[in-house]
Amino acid sequence: MPDLLIELFSEEIPARMQTRAGEDLKKLITDGLVDAGLTYSSAAAFTTPRRLTLAVGGLLAESPTTTEERKGPRADAPEKAIEGFLRGAGLQRDDLEERDTPKGPVLFAKITRQGRPAAAIVAEVLEKTIRNFPWPKSMRWGNGTLRWVRPLHAILCIVNDEAGAETVPLNVDGIISGDVTAGHRFMAPARFPVTSFDDYTDKLRRAYVVLDPAERADAIWNDATNQAFAGGLEVVEDKGLLAEVAGLVEWPVVLMGRIGADFLDLPPEVLQTSMKEHQKFFSVRNPKTGRIERFITVANRETADNGATILAGYEKVLSARLADAKFFWENDLRVAKGDMSVWLDALENVTFHNKLGTQAGLVGRMAALARELAPIVGADPDAAEEAARLAKADLSSEMIYEFPELQGLMGRYYIEASGRSAEIAAAAEEHYAPLGPSDEVPTAPVSVAVSLAEKIDKLAGFWAIDEKPTGSKDPFALRRAALGIIRIVLENDLSLALADTSAKGAEALVTAGIAEAVDTVDLMSFIHDRLKVYLRDQGVRHDVIDACIAMEGSDDLALLVRRARALSEVLGTDDGENMIQAFKRANNILTQAEEADGVEYSYGADIKFAETDEERALFAALDAAEAAIAPAVQARDFPAAMSAMAALRAPVDAFFTAVQVNADNATVRRNRLNLLSRITRICSSVADLTRIEG
Amino acid sequence: MSETVDRPKSFQEIILRLQNYWAARGCAVLQPYDMEVGAGTFHPATTLRSLGTQPWAAAYVQPSRRPTDGRYGDSPNRWQHYYQYQVIIKPSPPDLQELYLGSLEAIGIDMALHDIRFVEDDWESPTLGAWGLGWEVWCDGMEVSQFTYFQQVGGHDCHPVSGELTYGLERLAMYILGFDDGNEMPFNDPQCQIPLTYGDVFREAEAQYARWNFDVADTDVLLQHFIDAEAECARVLDAPADDPKTGRRIVMALPAYDQAIKASHIFNLLDARGVISVTERQAYIGRVRALTKRCADAFVQTQAGGWTPETGA
Repeated sequence: MPDLLIELFSEEIPARMQTRAGEDLKKLITDGLVDAGLTYSSAAAFTTPRRLTLAVGGLLAESPTTTEERKGPRADAPEKAIEGFLRGAGLQRDDLEERDTPKGPVLFAKITRQGRPAAAIVAEVLEKTIRNFPWPKSMRWGNGTLRWVRPLHAILCIVNDEAGAETVPLNVDGIISGDVTAGHRFMAPARFPVTSFDDYTDKLRRAYVVLDPAERADAIWNDATNQAFAGGLEVVEDKGLLAEVAGLVEWPVVLMGRIGADFLDLPPEVLQTSMKEHQKFFSVRNPKTGRIERFITVANRETADNGATILAGYEKVLSARLADAKFFWENDLRVAKGDMSVWLDALENVTFHNKLGTQAGLVGRMAALARELAPIVGADPDAAEEAARLAKADLSSEMIYEFPELQGLMGRYYIEASGRSAEIAAAAEEHYAPLGPSDEVPTAPVSVAVSLAEKIDKLAGFWAIDEKPTGSKDPFALRRAALGIIRIVLENDLSLALADTSAKGAEALVTAGIAEAVDTVDLMSFIHDRLKVYLRDQGVRHDVIDACIAMEGSDDLALLVRRARALSEVLGTDDGENMIQAFKRANNILTQAEEADGVEYSYGADIKFAETDEERALFAALDAAEAAIAPAVQARDFPAAMSAMAALRAPVDAFFTAVQVNADNATVRRNRLNLLSRITRICSSVADLTRIEG
Repeated sequence: MSETVDRPKSFQEIILRLQNYWAARGCAVLQPYDMEVGAGTFHPATTLRSLGTQPWAAAYVQPSRRPTDGRYGDSPNRWQHYYQYQVIIKPSPPDLQELYLGSLEAIGIDMALHDIRFVEDDWESPTLGAWGLGWEVWCDGMEVSQFTYFQQVGGHDCHPVSGELTYGLERLAMYILGFDDGNEMPFNDPQCQIPLTYGDVFREAEAQYARWNFDVADTDVLLQHFIDAEAECARVLDAPADDPKTGRRIVMALPAYDQAIKASHIFNLLDARGVISVTERQAYIGRVRALTKRCADAFVQTQAGGWTPETGA
């Protein structure tokens, strides 16, 4: 069975687009081949800065011939109808077969689709793929109208088997396919023909091109860690950067360079960010001191001087960059050690959001809220307030103007330099957390207070101006803020009445004249929705959460979750599951009776009207459950409350088996309905079980 | 370093070599445009000539002014007046990358010793209503050029597409000549009788212009100039195509475009004077873009822009 090799050779493809392009090429081509009847056994895509390559193995040499039978009109149908059928099937009158059927003689057509050679199909599919390739951004060049990510220069397309290789003929806007490619732009630019995928990769390697990006990344990483290790150092891991750098070179050559002694005192994060963002360098750290002392860069070629000229150039460029960073750092430290209020004043001129005022306004509200929250989270109110006031100060610094991604972190450095306490400094960095679902949440009380204050103000603010997330649109990352609140509360096990706190946040917005009112009920239900998503990922059913949200005090998320977990747990037991059924049965009978009778059965049943042992036993069981559940709920011991509720299953089941609720005797009936009411009331004191599905 | 390439000795030699190189490759070597511009792209030889169907190939040095970059001549690598070398070829030839790399060789960069990279960088000019795709070119990690395939200029799709190369001459020269402080690099042959450094030529001017740009320029006058240039641009374009005096069809895209360039530079001056707020900024940029767009519309109505009496534009 033949193999297929395709290479689309172009000018430099942006690194960030390469992986996706490889996947798209593979999918579009293989889907196209399969649709045309050509199956295959393997397919793999590869990318370099200048090529998209696809190797397909075990392709059918031609698509199978297929026949299809189509039923036409009756043999005695009007001539027009028969002609129409012939046209549709692309056949002549003689091709039709007349067969007797229960409905009389009918015409049948046999349509045969001849198999086609692989090359013809490949040419069609490849041309279509090139013309419709889903680049995130594409362009035209020269005189042409063809679009590609950058000018497309050559198409290599061969089908090869034991007998040899054949070029699949193809002409896309003047680019004529061949069996030829070229090596490394500088080290081996000559063009050469290839006969198979193996021949292609071998020849490329000899022409200084490593085809597989994973192999390039591995080689870079191994060489980088070895060079660092030899110097007693370690490379700071950065998978994103590794993938990007592997997409910038065809022949990676790892070089380790020095950072000028003047710059070694810069915070390691500043060195790392500057080197990564501007130069795509890896940072190399001294594991003993934690300091960044060297850098690793990846050149795209070998040189006679073993990279000495290249490295000297890179070091020079880096020095210029770091001189800027050092300048910012020193200017900022001067402010931090002097009077940071300049930075706070400057926040008066920075817009937070055009409808929500300035960063300074935000900071003021955060400070007030952090003070409110302090006792709840175990922080000193003065410390929490001051930390909130300083949390955004670094936004006015020169370093953050240059490297916005260092916000918070620089705040910590500068507040430390100002001589304030470590907990206040840490809050500047940690109040942004958690940034993602796997990011750590702050645990230091001051940081927790500031972080909650920031997020609650943010949500209340965007609710006030009605900029809530819709569908996939959440430009202000409000879902993330809500999830942040949820995780901070749960992971720190805080007892926080969120409705009260958001009402305070809303009040501050109203006082500041930003909003007339904030729908905090809607905001609370948004937070509950996010909680549902969060717990669903942990295997808690949404109806279980709904049953608990309906209970009083559900704005205390820690309490709510404890209840939900206990309920979830008990529903997993035999007793629990059956108790829910029993509860529903009781509730149904009761509701129907109440509707029919137009009364509410809530007088309280009396044991003296009990007729059977099962009935009397249920009275006893309910007394016991009530006595156990109320204090357990009070003590937030939901597992105990839930199991007391589940323990009712046997007596309730026995009751339903033994007695008929709707008895003829009106007194007995009323008493039993009141008993049902008591069952539902006791059960409902643990959670709103009517919301449980199934 | 054991470079085999013949290295230039001065700033001006780098320019001369680029001129010779691109002249030998068929470019019309033009002189700088005689107006203040922020970048070489503003020269009508690039902006306007990239429009329409007529083939075009030009190369030139363009003195460029960015008032906010002024540092009184004290910065080793920032000047409010600097030079760009600009190459524009329409349609972009298939070997433009190779031609470009050849020009680096010509100015003394030995490809066998350096690491040259094409790193994604899409270009956009909000004031010109233009964008293109391409790269910044790195030499050992330093950006030495901008390489762009124009897709749209003045709101018009480019057909054919022009290839544009922009070399930042000071930075490139500092690298090739081996100077960390641009003011110290030789402007002319350092062995000649009167050797001059870049600083000798420009430091004085940098200080004077920095003072004027930042503190002295009369903002009321500049604001009025902006309004005047804007009005004149529109008035010129509003004139009918047929000239009543000669009886010929003369669409005045170029004189109008001069006014657009003028407005753009005045905007940069006002920006340096700090009298344009963040919200106003966008509005000014939009006004300049509206002018360049109208000039582009007019240029495609000229013969240089592809208009013919038979077919129109």
